[in-house]
Amino acid sequence: MRVAAPLSKPIAARTEQIILFRVSGQLFAVSSASVQEVRSVDSLSGAATEINQPTIRKVRHVLRRGDKALYVVSGSAHFGLPPSSAGLVFVLRKTRTAVSVDGIDKMATMTRLQSLPLAYCHEERAWYRGLTAIDQNVIPVVNPEGFLTAEELALLDASLAPEELPEERTEVQTEVGAENPTAEGMAFPE
Amino acid sequence: MIPSADLGSQSFVLLRLGERRFAVAATQISELVAPSRIFRFPLRTPKLEGVILRRGRIVPVCDVAEALLGKSLASRRFYLIAARHYGDKSEWVAVPVSGECELISAEMMAASESDAPHVAGWISHNGEVIEILNIDALTPGGEGLSAPAPSTALLEARP
Repeated sequence: MRVAAPLSKPIAARTEQIILFRVSGQLFAVSSASVQEVRSVDSLSGAATEINQPTIRKVRHVLRRGDKALYVVSGSAHFGLPPSSAGLVFVLRKTRTAVSVDGIDKMATMTRLQSLPLAYCHEERAWYRGLTAIDQNVIPVVNPEGFLTAEELALLDASLAPEELPEERTEVQTEVGAENPTAEGMAFPE
Repeated sequence: MIPSADLGSQSFVLLRLGERRFAVAATQISELVAPSRIFRFPLRTPKLEGVILRRGRIVPVCDVAEALLGKSLASRRFYLIAARHYGDKSEWVAVPVSGECELISAEMMAASESDAPHVAGWISHNGEVIEILNIDALTPGGEGLSAPAPSTALLEARP
């Protein structure tokens, strides 16, 4: 007697939600799970303090979240792109970094993340988690931890005087799980 | 490619860059493809232009003409997709070429110490002495691979 082979369970494709965004016209992607908040630049103007660390020109502003300093990295300066007028700031989860971007293109689902080819051997290996193909476009997927190194964070911390850090006033409204996200502040659940 | 037979010799692909011809060991070549859209994104590695999508694979494009001729190619007719070795790993790189490629058989003469690092050896073909290219020495990569790779929940795939 032949025993029927058990039906194998279909393997669900692993996917990841990503945000496609532009910096100086260049398209990038970031995992939506790594973005804690999306804020308009205008909504941060009163809360951010200027910072001038000559060796880290890509950081010009700092925010305080409780006892934590959150450094706002210019996306265009970080990637060596021409300066652009940033409209949004992504506050990145589990980092002390926020990054300014031109705007969001769209949300998408990533089914495959390809490692950066080994031919890429400079800073971009820290910048990107890898590459993904969406709608016949190849888009770099940024690494949220790649905007500032531990050394850069230490330098930035050292350049701050305690009184230079104003508490962000609008923090409570836009924390994770906030209802009714607005154009000024949108929270992303983890 | 135009094959020509010469048993007992090694196979090489002859490629044209501007006015000069070079050879690459045929075992290193995957295919010759028509130029397709290059996807560019910010990077710091010199010589790399971007990537192309080829059969679902993302392949970096590396212009070697600058290193070999001192100038970039004015026109590109094909991309030669070749294997580039990184220690025990290898990945494809797309090398723009400016003319038809030809598959030939020839006997290889070893490179000497005075040859440049990108010269893997020499062949003689139709009265012309042609450099055999060492793709590994001509294309970037390898030196920065100690950078920590961030963890990711999504399955990653090598190109």
